[in-house]
Amino acid sequence: MEVMIILVPLALGLGLVGLLAFLWSLKSGQFDDLEGAAWRAISDDEPSAG
Amino acid sequence: MMQATRDFSHFVKDVGAGLQHIDLAVEGVNCAGCMSKIERGLSAFPDVTLARMNLTDRRVALEWRGQALDPSNFIDRLAELGYKAYPFRPADAETAEAAQSRFLLRCLGVAAFATMNVMMLSVPVWSGSVGDMLPEQRDFFHWLSALIALPAAAYAGQPFFRSAYRALRARSVNMDVPISVGVLLALGMSLVETANHAEHAYFDAAIMLLTFLLVGRYLDQSMRRKTRAVAGNLAALKSETATKFVGANEIAEVPVAAIDPGDVVLLRPGERCAVDGTVIDGRSEIDQSLITGETTYARAESGTAVYAGTLNISGTLRLRVSAASERTLLSEITRLLDNALQARSRYVRLADRASRLYAPLVHAAALLTVIGWVLAGAGWHDAIVTGIAVLIITCPCALGLAIPTVQTVASGAMFKAGILLNSGDAIERVAEVDYVIFDKTGTLTLPDLEVVNASEIPDPVLRLAGQLALASHHPAAAAVARAANAKAPLAGAVEEPGQGVRGAVGGVEVRLGRPSFCDAEPLAIARASGDPEASLVAFRLGDTRHLFCVHQALRPDARAMVSELAHRNIGMEILSGDREQVVRSAARALGVTQWRAGVKPQEKIARIEQLKRSGYKVMMVGDGLNDAPSLAAAHVSMSPISATHLSQATADLVFLGRSLAPVIGAIDFSRRALRLMQQNIWLAVGYNMLAVPLAVGGLVTPLIAAAAMSGSSLLVMLNALRGGRLPNGGTPWK
Repeated sequence: MEVMIILVPLALGLGLVGLLAFLWSLKSGQFDDLEGAAWRAISDDEPSAG
Repeated sequence: MMQATRDFSHFVKDVGAGLQHIDLAVEGVNCAGCMSKIERGLSAFPDVTLARMNLTDRRVALEWRGQALDPSNFIDRLAELGYKAYPFRPADAETAEAAQSRFLLRCLGVAAFATMNVMMLSVPVWSGSVGDMLPEQRDFFHWLSALIALPAAAYAGQPFFRSAYRALRARSVNMDVPISVGVLLALGMSLVETANHAEHAYFDAAIMLLTFLLVGRYLDQSMRRKTRAVAGNLAALKSETATKFVGANEIAEVPVAAIDPGDVVLLRPGERCAVDGTVIDGRSEIDQSLITGETTYARAESGTAVYAGTLNISGTLRLRVSAASERTLLSEITRLLDNALQARSRYVRLADRASRLYAPLVHAAALLTVIGWVLAGAGWHDAIVTGIAVLIITCPCALGLAIPTVQTVASGAMFKAGILLNSGDAIERVAEVDYVIFDKTGTLTLPDLEVVNASEIPDPVLRLAGQLALASHHPAAAAVARAANAKAPLAGAVEEPGQGVRGAVGGVEVRLGRPSFCDAEPLAIARASGDPEASLVAFRLGDTRHLFCVHQALRPDARAMVSELAHRNIGMEILSGDREQVVRSAARALGVTQWRAGVKPQEKIARIEQLKRSGYKVMMVGDGLNDAPSLAAAHVSMSPISATHLSQATADLVFLGRSLAPVIGAIDFSRRALRLMQQNIWLAVGYNMLAVPLAVGGLVTPLIAAAAMSGSSLLVMLNALRGGRLPNGGTPWK
């Protein structure tokens, strides 16, 4: 059962990383335009920003 | 003629570091191609640092360095690329809603993360409790669950706790009260149980409940946000600008928001006034049909009050913009509107009605369970734990999803059918409608004039008349141009104010305008006796003369809509501010027997009140400023997108396009949605009720609680998906 000492914090840590990644993507506006994002993925000449 | 410069500085925001920002609403963008074309086209300006198109909102955000670039350059570039764009400034309500939506998504993320991790810990406990898990290991897992669930619930539960607190402070109960009570008790009890090394803890049930409910809230919110963005764009695309005098002889086109009382604005023929004011110079005829419903033109001269929405017909006017206190008609309308809004019986939403019945019931059941177990000889601790288990199992998880999911699906379907929802509970109220009152002008009829006898006129003549008509600003001439589908004006045509336009084709003089201007009076008199309501526009080519009958035409499917309403056993009536003659002929053409003409705003309200007293649920459909109070007084109300601002803001639903099909569509979709909501409530309650005997008997394990909760939630979500289609399996009525 000593394995839990490694596994439990590892699982929680990975979950936390996922949550932080989600919160970051939300903050950086990646959820603002879901329709546009779908199209951008398949457009082959992405306009250069700026 | 003075040339106006365009001034968009009102919309430009300084975002610091020498950067300027503007948002433009763009029409006609619908694919990736448009998106990259626009972004590339705008990025080509040397100083532009950001050009990002948002395909959901149909807006482009632009940032550039320095003062050198004028925003009108961007608009011109977009016009070259084939897109119509207008500067846009999000309304405060929209900004607040966007922030709220982000907050809900953050809460959902936190709750979902916690649910997944708590579940990961709970599953071994559930399977371990029948196997070989040691009590110490179980306690350890419970403590870990508490560590995750408690902070997560404290954060993600905020929307519910706040709303419940507000309701309780107002001495009422909403759906969030039993939710909050259930979640807090479940968490509290689980904490105490864990400290006492007990077998069952309900951290998983509590946090999963929050996750499911947040999904419902977020869906509901994002649909509303999308609707609001579209409505905001439409308002911007309507181009609310006015021509303001910035010097003695210098004019600039500025957004209405940048105009103050006391400013002087210019109103040219064919322009719609965007402000309220008083004429200080000039003479003209004005069309006030959007204000009063009266289609006869009124005379305007020095001292005449002109309201926003008025169409200027013949001459150029100078107006002094008036302050709110000076508006006589508007202040009367505002007073009526305030009264009507106050009197609007506070409608209690289905969800709240359900929770008012449900909350006392489940809380009483939990209390009875505790008392029952104590009387049966159980200890206080066991009795209370069982009572809380009853609360957890009856916690309205599915009930909280039952209505928002249906609302989301139904409002999405209505959105596709051209109906925008202004208020969240409109669906429930539309579903109950059994009487519809229509305004005539602009509602049953199209907002623009139309030529009704285009087919009687030979094609070459129609084409020529259309070209000539393009040289005029008169709305009747605009109707002729539309009927002829004219693209380019006739070269060298001259407008004679108040008379018409004339030009020459191959040395022959052509004229379009008043019958007297074209020597067509005998023809006009003969025609007028047959069709007294039409405005007549004469056309003269050499010695031949033709007459165009210009009408405010009925919407193309108005008649079909009347029979569809009758088919659904819904009463209908026309209340119009227009002349009796015109209203009578419209009512006859539509086959409507109940109609009244020359009705004042307060009389419209009186009629609605009378119908309400006889038990009718009245829907008011209107567009004019004079309709705004009655829109507020009715059980539910609808406006076309061409309506005045005040009416649109007051109406519960706004519909797009030339057709009246959305009126029927709104009723059909809403009736279907209401049925599904009721079904969902019974499904949710029924499902939970199955588990209640187990809970009362003290047999509920956390596994049963979790299964019951997710099962009933899935059931109501699946049922809600049926709301996007109509019961007959067909498409919405066209």
